[in-house]
Amino acid sequence: MRTAALLSFVALTIAAPAPALAATNLSDVAGHYALSARTSSLGFSISSVAGAGISGKFRQFNGWIEIDPKNINRSSVTITIMPASVVTGQQRVDSFLKSDAVFDVADNPTIYFRSTAVRRTGEKTASITGLLTAHGHTGPAVFNAELSSLSGNAVSFHVSGKVFRSPYGMDVGTPIYSNVVNFDMELVGKRR
Amino acid sequence: MLRNSSTGYGWIAILFHWTIAILIIGQWGLGWTMEHLAGPRSAFGLIQWHKSVGLLILALALLRLSWRLVNPRPLLPGGMSLFEKLAAGSVHRGLYWLMLLLPLSGWALVSASVLEIPTYAFYLFVMPDLPLERSDAAEAFWTTTHIVLGWILLAIVAAHVLAALRHHFLLHDTVLKRIIRPAHPLTKR
Repeated sequence: MRTAALLSFVALTIAAPAPALAATNLSDVAGHYALSARTSSLGFSISSVAGAGISGKFRQFNGWIEIDPKNINRSSVTITIMPASVVTGQQRVDSFLKSDAVFDVADNPTIYFRSTAVRRTGEKTASITGLLTAHGHTGPAVFNAELSSLSGNAVSFHVSGKVFRSPYGMDVGTPIYSNVVNFDMELVGKRR
Repeated sequence: MLRNSSTGYGWIAILFHWTIAILIIGQWGLGWTMEHLAGPRSAFGLIQWHKSVGLLILALALLRLSWRLVNPRPLLPGGMSLFEKLAAGSVHRGLYWLMLLLPLSGWALVSASVLEIPTYAFYLFVMPDLPLERSDAAEAFWTTTHIVLGWILLAIVAAHVLAALRHHFLLHDTVLKRIIRPAHPLTKR
């Protein structure tokens, strides 16, 4: 049994596609990447005064990551999110988020982020400052990105950040639901 | 003057009556507005106020019932038929029951909802949910119950108001006057 298990493990390891490498350095992944919504996840959560709060994700988005080979600080990111693709696991919450109470997807079909400054903070990490446009309002937003894996021609970043809802006219439900939206994303880009 | 006598209500009972009356009317209008007139954006906030006011009515109703238990009950005016006495008693009992059951059914529907929207009473403190199982079916049951009770309350309030007006304008007795100010000891009839 043991030998069989070991053999099948070895067989699987050999048969598996190029394993994800532990990417060590942002400089190793310089290039131009298209975000893939299919393999990425763009999640968010909002805490509440009691109970679980709200968490969900956007299923449709696209964007580009440009990592400058000579100077990481000259890299850039753009992301366009379709808020109509929001899912929270509760249909009533989804409808509420899409309504004019929050995203108003009929009049504001996209949420747009464009980096204005990228600052390297470590071997694998960077702080990304940019302008976030949602619900007809534009404001500054900061995200922290960490290179998490490198697999073939795909690169993966774990990105997190906090965004206040009120500057975007989306403060409905405060203070029962926090003004702060926590973003937690795993963004996968394919080299182009 | 604060306590009831056998002929009239004291200030405490009068204050309870009108405070709860105003809250119930406001609460009914708020409930209708949030469900039928308000868009999603304003509805959320209105629902939170509806929850807060409902809990306030429940608390006041409990205090009011306690006050009623330790006070004399003013007698009904003489000359009322047995039917009128039974009707008055039923309407008053119905009002007391609904003052308790409407807030409780609303609290139940919130507690049974899978959305788990916290009840932040007057944005002051979190009121825990009742220990009910959460499911769409349970929420729908309590929602229907709440709405049906709301309509029943509206009907009973209408009967109560019409009866009070009848006593004042047709029967010319003190039934309406004595819930407006305490009966003066010298003018008791």
